[in-house]
Amino acid sequence: MIAPEIYNVNEKGYYGQFGGAFIPEMLYPNVEELRVSYLSIMAEPSFKEEFEALLKDYVGRPTPLFLAKRLSEKYNTTIYLKREDLCHTGAHKVNNTIGQILMAKRLGKHKIVAETGAGQHGVATATVCALMGLECIVYMGEIDIQRQAPNVARMKMLGAKVVPATSGSKTLKDATNEAMRHWINNPVDTHYIIGSVVGPHPYPDMVARFQSVISEEIKWQLKEKTGKTNPDYVIACVGGGSNAAGAFYHFLHDEETKLIAAEAAGHGISSGLSAATTFLGKPGVLHGSRSILMQTEDGQVVEPHSISAGLDYPGIGPMHAHLFESKRATFFDVTDDEAIESAMELSLLEGIIPALESSHALAVLPKLGAKPDEVVVINLSGRGDKDLETYQKYIK
Amino acid sequence: MNRITALFLEKKTQNLNIYFTAGFPKINDTKLVLKSLQEGGADLVEIGMPYSDPVADGETIQQANQVALDNGMTVKLLFEQLAGIREEGITVPILLMGYVNPVLQFGVEAFCQKCQEVGVDGLILPDMPASVYEEEYKAIFDKYGILNIFLITPQTSESRIRHIDEISHGFIYMVSSASTTGAKSGISDVQEEYFERVNAMNLTNPRLIGFGISDNETFKKASSHSAGAIIGSAFIKMLSTSTDLDGDTKAFVKMVKGQ
Ligand SMILES: Cc1ncc(COP(=O)(O)O)c(C=O)c1O
Repeated sequence: MIAPEIYNVNEKGYYGQFGGAFIPEMLYPNVEELRVSYLSIMAEPSFKEEFEALLKDYVGRPTPLFLAKRLSEKYNTTIYLKREDLCHTGAHKVNNTIGQILMAKRLGKHKIVAETGAGQHGVATATVCALMGLECIVYMGEIDIQRQAPNVARMKMLGAKVVPATSGSKTLKDATNEAMRHWINNPVDTHYIIGSVVGPHPYPDMVARFQSVISEEIKWQLKEKTGKTNPDYVIACVGGGSNAAGAFYHFLHDEETKLIAAEAAGHGISSGLSAATTFLGKPGVLHGSRSILMQTEDGQVVEPHSISAGLDYPGIGPMHAHLFESKRATFFDVTDDEAIESAMELSLLEGIIPALESSHALAVLPKLGAKPDEVVVINLSGRGDKDLETYQKYIK
Repeated sequence: MNRITALFLEKKTQNLNIYFTAGFPKINDTKLVLKSLQEGGADLVEIGMPYSDPVADGETIQQANQVALDNGMTVKLLFEQLAGIREEGITVPILLMGYVNPVLQFGVEAFCQKCQEVGVDGLILPDMPASVYEEEYKAIFDKYGILNIFLITPQTSESRIRHIDEISHGFIYMVSSASTTGAKSGISDVQEEYFERVNAMNLTNPRLIGFGISDNETFKKASSHSAGAIIGSAFIKMLSTSTDLDGDTKAFVKMVKGQ
């Protein structure tokens, strides 16, 4: 008998061939401390209580599962939107930062470092640092600082120090490098709050667990509304993959639910300006884990492109690499233009302005081929306030 | 015998290991700098394989990596540049330093085979975990006689240092402070206490101290607690402004050694 495929992390920190902890020795003590303690800390009743109370009263959970009637009509199927855009700070990112700040406190850390792309994770980190009174430094690519200016102002207003990453492509990958370097230089008092399901084990699993509240809620909310817990499709965008990991988590082993990942294709996968990792990448090591990675033949990381800062990353989390390789999830490439079109469509049909990242998930709808009697859940990972400057150029 | 092993059997102290980035400042400077380092009196040479995302490195070495990549440097080209060096009189032990991804893309076995072919003695891959080395790659390294050099830091626990000592051959790279390369200069009393704490452990492998070493004073201080020291950023800084690579490289080595 063939053993059923396992999609969760194994005890060594791997998802199939992907994962692990490829880190310099300077980070070993910190990552090891986290590895040996994260599961037991998360299982402590006091931790769970505090985490759940903050998700409810501070973040505003549960977030609604909204039947998008006019969108459903247009695509001749039944579409629900999981409203992570209604989370405090405007995206799913805060589910993870609440969890990690509580983790950092229990590990006795006083300072927080983070990277950010769109600035949503940076804002979510600055927010919880203000809430808990911890010092916060956020690294952000110079290009992203320009294209996500409102979030830079928010981080500063929340008391965080925003440091531009000026190397390489000056985007999320480079901000992550700088945050890791900062952690190497400040190993004793600092916790690194990674913003996605990337990084060395145990980060991908820890972040996925903190985000798994998304699919936990989808299950009971869908049951209330339709009588069944499992939809036919769950769709989410994948930058590093944290909102997708959260939306997929409790469906991973329910194979009747198809998992759909939307990747940012930029100008198109053969344009040379793309961030569609599974279409253009090969197995490789970046930011502490073995995953799929856009790279040259020589193993140099390729600079990606997406209109969406949060998806402008040359890798994906190891869990998603495994979902891709095992074919448990289906990956779609969505161009900048398609994402913009879907953002306009959702705004006009449902009165919801989505984040550019989330627009990539919406843009799968025309390609999905969902049937009239099927149920589609789209994880609306964030709201579009931060992207207005970009959207403005396209409003007719 | 492996040249690194042979060196430490013979010379127990004051060993100077100098790092430079392959293909820097100009793409064809690799062999020239290597030769000048040997002639200047370096005891080991560490050649950096440039990488797009060198997370353990500070600004100086990052920039050298970027310049080398922009120059067109690749792993494949590095092996071409190094072909024949041992026949041309290069006798100094050579280490390649870099990040694990380019090695994985080249193929670990093909990489080790090339190292043996051109006369590379050891590798330093800071983001390759000891556990992965032991489980997946040790047998391949051993087959081609390539030593893998591990790092320890002030935060490395005693039991882990002992484990690293067990799986190490050649030497252990003792990082002087928890930092990226080139971030701090000088050696403090706290660091000296750490060197002595490790000395008192009676490890089987000699240690070379790296990070924060830049001149004769810091080299002597580090050497008084170990088998020698490693210089990277300070040498790269010198190279980036040099107009006479050969002369300046030899003068740099002599300056550090106090000759
Ligand atoms: C709204 C939103 N969705 C998605 C992402 C992408 O991250 P992930 O793939 O980890 O969910 C971001 C990242 O900034 C974001 O702000």
